Parts: sequence; C-alpha cells; structure tokens
Amino acid sequence: MSETTAQEMSERPEVVRLRERFPEAVCEVYTFRGDTWVVVDRAFLLDICRFLRDDPELSYRFLSDIVGIDQLGRREPRFEVVYNLYSFRTFTRLFLKVRVNEGETVPSVTSIYPGANFPEREVYDMFGIVFEGHPDLRRILMPDDWVGHPLRKDFPLGGEEVVFDQGTLGPSIAEVQTPHPGESFFGKTGLSNRE
Amino acid sequence: MSITPEQMEILPGAAEGSMVINMGPQHPSTHGVLRLVVELDGETIVDVVPHIGYLHTGIEKTCEYEQYQKCIPLVERMDYLSAMNNSLAFVLSVEKLLDVQVPPRGVWLRMIFSELQRIASHLVWLGTHALDIGAMTPFFYCFRERERILDMLEHLSGVRMFPSWIQVGGWRADLPDGLLEKIAKFVEEFPAKVDDYEGLLTENPIWVERTRNIGIITADECIALGINGPILRGSGYAFDIRKANPYLYYDQVEFDIPTGTIGDVYDRFLVRVEEMRQSARIIKQCIERIPEGPVSSDDRKVVPPPREELDNSMESVIHHFKLWTEGFRPPEGEAYVPIEGPKGEIGYYVVSDGSNRPWRVKTRPPCFMNLQALAPMSLGHMVADIVAIIGSIDIVLGEIDR
Repeated sequence: MSETTAQEMSERPEVVRLRERFPEAVCEVYTFRGDTWVVVDRAFLLDICRFLRDDPELSYRFLSDIVGIDQLGRREPRFEVVYNLYSFRTFTRLFLKVRVNEGETVPSVTSIYPGANFPEREVYDMFGIVFEGHPDLRRILMPDDWVGHPLRKDFPLGGEEVVFDQGTLGPSIAEVQTPHPGESFFGKTGLSNRE
Repeated sequence: MSITPEQMEILPGAAEGSMVINMGPQHPSTHGVLRLVVELDGETIVDVVPHIGYLHTGIEKTCEYEQYQKCIPLVERMDYLSAMNNSLAFVLSVEKLLDVQVPPRGVWLRMIFSELQRIASHLVWLGTHALDIGAMTPFFYCFRERERILDMLEHLSGVRMFPSWIQVGGWRADLPDGLLEKIAKFVEEFPAKVDDYEGLLTENPIWVERTRNIGIITADECIALGINGPILRGSGYAFDIRKANPYLYYDQVEFDIPTGTIGDVYDRFLVRVEEMRQSARIIKQCIERIPEGPVSSDDRKVVPPPREELDNSMESVIHHFKLWTEGFRPPEGEAYVPIEGPKGEIGYYVVSDGSNRPWRVKTRPPCFMNLQALAPMSLGHMVADIVAIIGSIDIVLGEIDR
C-alpha cells in the first residue's frame, strides 16, 4: 500500500481536526490516489462518527456504505471494516477504517447513521463480524440456517456436497480446491493456489 | 389448524389482533423476488419487514477468483436494467488503482452509453410502476422505446442486455458504422415520447390520486438512511454526483437537476421523468462534441493491442498473450469511484493485493440502501399503496442480493 506518512502530506482539515480531538484514537492515516483513509481505534468509533456528523464544518452526514475485508494471510488483525462517509457540505469522501480480530466486536453505528442497519447485517452475514448494539443483527443475504460466512477467505468458492442419484456424492471440497492437470493458471478455487 | 405469527417465525412481536401477511417472493409487483412480511391493522400497514437474498449468487465472492477483466461481465449482471453503469463504475475504480487515462473519445462514449442506460432503466421503471398501479398503456410505450436502446446495444456488441463492451482502459472497440447516427435520431425523437408518457399520467386523476401524498420521506430521513439518487431529489434536495463530484466529462455538459417538493411517490415520478429528458439532452451535447480518435488507452500493459499490430510486432504478441492469459496487476491499494447510477450512487470498492485478481470487490448497491426506506415510507398507508411505494423506490433485486 503506497503509504505516505502524514507529515509529508498537507493533511485534510477533517484529519487535522480528528487528530486534535481524538489524539489517542487515530492509529494511522494514509492516502492513495487522492483518497484518505483514517484507521481508528474501535473503542472511539462512535465518538468519532458523532463528531464527524455533528461538526458543522465537516458535516459527514451521509454513510454511503460499509465494507468488510478479510485480510487473512496479508496482515493482522484479520478483518477490516471500512466506513464510507460523505459530506454534503464539502462534497468530499472520508474512509474510516477499523481493524478487528476474529471474535472481537465492533460497535454498531446504527444509532448515529440509521442507514447502517442493512450494511452491518451484510458484513455480519458475510464475515461473521458482530456489531455490538445493532437492533436486529440477523443474516440478510444467506439463508437463516446457513453455516459459515461466505466472504471469508477460508470459505471455499465451490465444493459443497451435492447428492446425486443413488446417494453418491459430488466432488469433495478438497478435490475441487486442488487444481487438476490442464486447469489454467492458479486453479479455480482455493486460497493455497493464490500467488 | 391456525398458525400464529410466532409459529411461522415471520414477524415475532406482532400485536394481538393484527394480521400478518406474507407478500412475495413470487409476487408480480415486487419486481423480482422481494419478500415482504406486512403487519396489518385492518387495511392499514403497521410494520413492514423486507426479506431479501433469494437471488444471492455470490458475485462478489466469484470476482475474487477472476482476473480483473473477467469481473466485468459479472458485475454487469447486478443491476441488469442498466448493465453499463455497473461496469463503468467497476472499471473506473480499477482504472484509479492502475492510474490509466482513457482518451477523450472513449470518455464521451462512456457518457453516451451511461445516459442511454439511465433512460432504459427509467423506462422499465415507469412502465412497470404504472402497470402496478393499474395503467397498462404506458408499459407498451416505454418498452417500445427501450427496445430501441436494446437494439443500439445489439448494434454495438451483438448482445442486447449485457454488452461488457466497456473494458479497463477504454472500450473493446469503437462504434460500428451508423450507430452514432441511430443514437442521434433517437435522442432527437425521445423528448416527444416523454411528453406522451406524461400526457397519459401526469394529470391523470387516477394516477394523481394513487401517488400524491403516498410514501412521503423527507430529505433528512433520506440522508440518515444513506439514500441518494432520485429518491433524495424527489424529496427536494438537489444532489447529483454528476454535479457534486464530476466524473468523466460531466462538468463540461449542461443539464439540470430536477427536484420534487414533498418527497411522495408522485414527486419521484416527476423527477425520474424529467431525468430522462435531461439524459437525452446530455447525449445530444456528447454527440456534438465527440472527437475522432482512439477509444482506448495505448498502455499496452492494460489494454490488449489491436489485431493488426500482432502481425508485425513481437512485442504486441507478447502483450496480447500476457494480457489474455494472465491479465494485469494493479499496485496494492484500495479505490472507490462513485457514479450517479439510475437508482442512486453506484460504486465499487476494489481492494488490490498486487496480484492479477482483486482481493475484494464490494459493490455499493443503491437499491440495497434504498430498500431501507420502504418501512418508513409505508407505515400508516393502505396495503394497496405498498405496491405504489415499492415501484417508486425502483428496486432491482439482482443488485440487492448480488
């Protein structure tokens, strides 16, 4: 990640304000192709969101989306949750990022952005990240009795057991994950084949 | 045998004496496979809980296992009514990761087709929305015009709905002969057709009765719920990403942002109808200003060389081979480029780990966020109004469920 240290860049006013206001909460600030990411401590997430929303000069009133990322094998902690905030006052976008490990929870921002309801349910459904304080944290896209969280990197792309006639099974997960001779490039499925 | 709501586990906590009905997923007016559990007191709606996911196909997961170019046909299938807006948003994000510039002709063409797809999407919306409320005639008129747009896509690519003709770095190929004239003729005739639709609906007393003061939502509520696009504009807030954060060449064309007043179903109808006229206006300006020249970047690490170069350049053969077998490798990073889709902000949050396949592709689906407005809009209205309200939100389940 082309990280530029904060001091080299002329920082955006919202980042300066955040640093002033929450000196211990801002873990890291980086920019990439003109966009700014602020990595914050999850304990301060609600305070930071409330500050960004209510400050009249910043006015980040619009939560555009919440993105879950599984960084398995790339970095620790494993999961990242990105809050895509938009200001109708300055017409700028700010990405807040929270890093959590397996089993840790993230405070729910539904009390500040009611629109976070569906996206947080989706992140929970797809990654198993629990949002504390969410009013209705259920699966949203997968069936209610589904086992596992599909967008985790260790969840296989295919290979679920298919029962054919006479009770025989389709290829197992291990078989599908192993590239067979003649399969192009890194194989179709499986983390181990990834470069 | 009577079944209580608790036994059905569809709406725990429904009040005593109220009636819980299940609407969909197989219901013609839910525009796909949306399932609603509606709690009614008489005919008045007390609570609405949408259940989604019936069309979940794991597109985002599949994208993680495909090279970047091969994601384009996949993402086009999300919002299947405006396929090229999806691929445009995805491609813009990848181009931001790669830092590739598209030549002017390619950019103008992208604008033309983005607006054509907006018109096509709004036409399907208007036809089905009117059909839901009981007006049959607009459906035929709208689909007649949409057919012409699908014909243009077929002329462009041979495919009617999912052309996949936008690629990273530009276009697969320039327009075939005669297509630009076809588009010019269409946008010349189209505003008169919009007048026809309006003649059927705008002052029709039955239409006004069914839509006026139904499903009201304020601009502040929209913003709190993460909703922009036509719904926010219908509530009187003039916000359009094409004006606020211009992408492509939207800062070089003239167009207006239509807004409503109170944010009811009727206002959203007026806003979308006017947007069709504005789109035609934008396309007209694009056709006037489009220059000759290449449509794709000449960065051979990203865009495959044209066929004729392969015959006399070894380097081109190597690039061709590398690109079609391996693809390109954007640097590590994350990018998100929002565009104004027909239903609101579409954007793709693409995370690259430096390999030839995306580490994570996350759609910002406008319909998914817009669906959250269904409950606040419909509380207190009659059960028949919920059909009008679903229509006015303009949902596409392919995009909600992905």
